[in-house]
Amino acid sequence: MEHDVVVDITSDSDLVTARAEARALAARLGFSRTDATLVATAVSEIARNIVVHVGRGRIAMRLVREDRRHGLVAIATDEGPGIQDVEAALARGNAARGGLGLGLPGARRLMDEFEVTCGPERGTTVTMTKWRVLDELELLRERRRDAAGR
Amino acid sequence: MTVAILRQGDDLIASIQSDLSDREILTFRDELAERVGRERARGVIVDVSALDVIDSFVARSLQSLAAIVRLRGAEAVIVGIRPDVAIALVQFNLDLRPLKTALDLEEARAVLGRETLRGGVDGA
Repeated sequence: MEHDVVVDITSDSDLVTARAEARALAARLGFSRTDATLVATAVSEIARNIVVHVGRGRIAMRLVREDRRHGLVAIATDEGPGIQDVEAALARGNAARGGLGLGLPGARRLMDEFEVTCGPERGTTVTMTKWRVLDELELLRERRRDAAGR
Repeated sequence: MTVAILRQGDDLIASIQSDLSDREILTFRDELAERVGRERARGVIVDVSALDVIDSFVARSLQSLAAIVRLRGAEAVIVGIRPDVAIALVQFNLDLRPLKTALDLEEARAVLGRETLRGGVDGA
């Protein structure tokens, strides 16, 4: 995979690293400053979700290429008990329980694609993507790159 | 030091110097609450322009900071929220209306000064 960045999340200070890495990767991939901030904020939320609810997990970020667009995908995984009702968690968070549950729905609003899956026994995976449409010059470069690669 | 807190006249000016962990933010909040009393400050200006990301926890911490400062008899103004950070906060759909904000230090001083003259809170 290209531009793989992995941040282990074990304490709140790892969120600082996760935010910085997300922003740096978004900048390297040509995202605008605003989009880089949206991505870094969303990554911070899902990382905090790990720290608060499970205590330990990791976030992997990488580039995905499609025909006319590039995406930054961030995947948060943990081996916690999972989420009982994903739809409910996404709909309102656990805002009633001390206000710490805005994370998932908030992160979803900041990204283009957002998916939560839970393992059969344990574990939660949050996969979220921000897309950037390539401009003409970039498309040209992509085609050259593909041609050279063949 | 990740936050510099300086006294200027009746106000405390707290400049966040770099991204803070959750724990550092809470420590900062507590120290500020303590110094408002110790230094008998009337206003607190918190400069967040060094923050690349204000997520829900940071936003809520700023809100509780403002509420605590108010209970301690002073008024807090947040300055320097960057444009991209403002966009993220709006998309996030957090209700930050209770937070008093200004573009920069000068404006924040004006906000605090006006309030002292009027003896009330704008738009309350």
